[in-house]
Amino acid sequence: MSIQTKSETGFVSLRNIYKTFNPGSVNEVVLFTDFNLDIVKNQFVAVVGSNGSGKTSILNLLCGSLPLGSGEISIGGRDMGRLKEHERSKFIGRVFQDPSKGTCPELTILENMALADNKGASFGLRRGVNKRRVDFYRSRLELLKLGLEDKIHLPVASLSGGQRQALALLICTMAPLDLLILDEHTAALDPRSSETVMELTERLVREKSLTTLMVTHNLKYAIGHGDRLIMMHRGSIVLDVSEQDKSALCTRDLTDKFNEISLEDGN
Amino acid sequence: MDIIIGLIRNVLEEGFIYGIMAVGVYITYRVLELPDLSVDGTFPLGACVTAALIRAGVNPWLACVIAFMCGAAAGSVTGLLHVKLRITDLLSGILVMISMWSVNLAITRGSAVVQFYNEDTIFTSGPAALLKGDLRIWRFLILAAVVCIIVKLLLDFYLKTQSGLLLRSAGDNPQYVISLGKDPGSMKILGLAIGNGCTALSGSVLAQQAQSANIQSGTGMVVMALAAVIIGTNLFRKLRFMKATTAVILGSILYKACLVIAMQLGLPTNYLKLLMAVIFTVALVSNNMLGGRRKKQNVNPNKI
Repeated sequence: MSIQTKSETGFVSLRNIYKTFNPGSVNEVVLFTDFNLDIVKNQFVAVVGSNGSGKTSILNLLCGSLPLGSGEISIGGRDMGRLKEHERSKFIGRVFQDPSKGTCPELTILENMALADNKGASFGLRRGVNKRRVDFYRSRLELLKLGLEDKIHLPVASLSGGQRQALALLICTMAPLDLLILDEHTAALDPRSSETVMELTERLVREKSLTTLMVTHNLKYAIGHGDRLIMMHRGSIVLDVSEQDKSALCTRDLTDKFNEISLEDGN
Repeated sequence: MDIIIGLIRNVLEEGFIYGIMAVGVYITYRVLELPDLSVDGTFPLGACVTAALIRAGVNPWLACVIAFMCGAAAGSVTGLLHVKLRITDLLSGILVMISMWSVNLAITRGSAVVQFYNEDTIFTSGPAALLKGDLRIWRFLILAAVVCIIVKLLLDFYLKTQSGLLLRSAGDNPQYVISLGKDPGSMKILGLAIGNGCTALSGSVLAQQAQSANIQSGTGMVVMALAAVIIGTNLFRKLRFMKATTAVILGSILYKACLVIAMQLGLPTNYLKLLMAVIFTVALVSNNMLGGRRKKQNVNPNKI
């Protein structure tokens, strides 16, 4: 249950985070009081926790889709505090639980990839799909082993949830990233698709040495993937194990710990 | 026979002129999914600006371009109200629509109708002057079609550019635009500018055809444009090779045809707006029914 020493700042760091929902009303919920989290560069962190433990709120605070109460958030040494959500997206890639959020369903696979390829540059009046990049897109799609390289002119809306999520993951990691956020990205998929997406996640994260924060409800994935495991409960970290200790940890231990804290909440 | 040909010519002429507006509204209503009511104000804006410019001796083609820009500026105001001040899309449109009334009166210096007979228009000067003899009676149709098709081709081109793809994503999945590091709000403003620019251009061409601008000409334009968009995109949805912009122009022609047929069958002019509303209602209802069916087909439980 070691929480990082506060002196050294991580590549991704959340410092003295306070967040209260509906302040001043009867529904007031204090989630974070002086919450701290540091992630070193190239670390793959898996986060587990019951509903309402604050896992997703951390992601939302990092991305800026939730306003910060007080505290400091920095990614790659840049202060994120004043940046809007879309400005932070230049450094952050996010894959959502809902497969339809990570791509534009109406556009074709090719057009989606071309848009993502242009991330960070200006979107002007040049042709949307650069013909010379098509072969590169095809080669990236071949990585998925889903046969999508032959369907590049199909709208993404006609793909299955698993295919879309795999594509979203690929698209999201095309541009250079400081932080990859995986927000229960396998939760809406069937077991086979989620295995495929998880395998792909592992491959892409390792290939590009991405600093990654993955929230999951799947304890098996949390143990099997990543260099560090964090369990959250009521807005604080109750378990934080690094690589060495993690290998000794089995699903059973984690389930017991999970049940223990869940019982406190009565669910 | 001449009467029928005359009617068809009339339907096509007006269909193409209103088609310019319809492709613009297609951008706001179908691509961005914003019901934009400011169209009722920007249509006469285009007409009034054109009348004022042509009376001042400006080249009619240049007047068309300036009308487009004025419409785009008004559309950006709708967008800014909606995106920056967080006023709902419908109300932002209404605010601009109502304020355009005063703007238009200011442009026409207080008169409700501005005529510019005997002045050069796109139908009488420049390339149109080359149409001689028998072609003269077709010149309205030819020029309206040319302008409409140019606008359509430019929009088709735009929707395939990087900015165009981003605009389409902004309507479909704003979160995706955010993940690309861009603000979907700016794309909405841009889309509203394009939509209202086309609407003002449509008003400009209509004013030049009639050689007068009427500040009341905007009433019912939202209904007409939306009906053209919905009729066009629904009827020709099955035809995959057809671009949506083409479908919308055909929708506009069909809609005009319905109105002309009703008038020829003896419907008094006073009931025209009522008929417009009825046709629009039928289009909306059939859209919902067809849309509902389409949705069910899309959901395949094995695929999720």
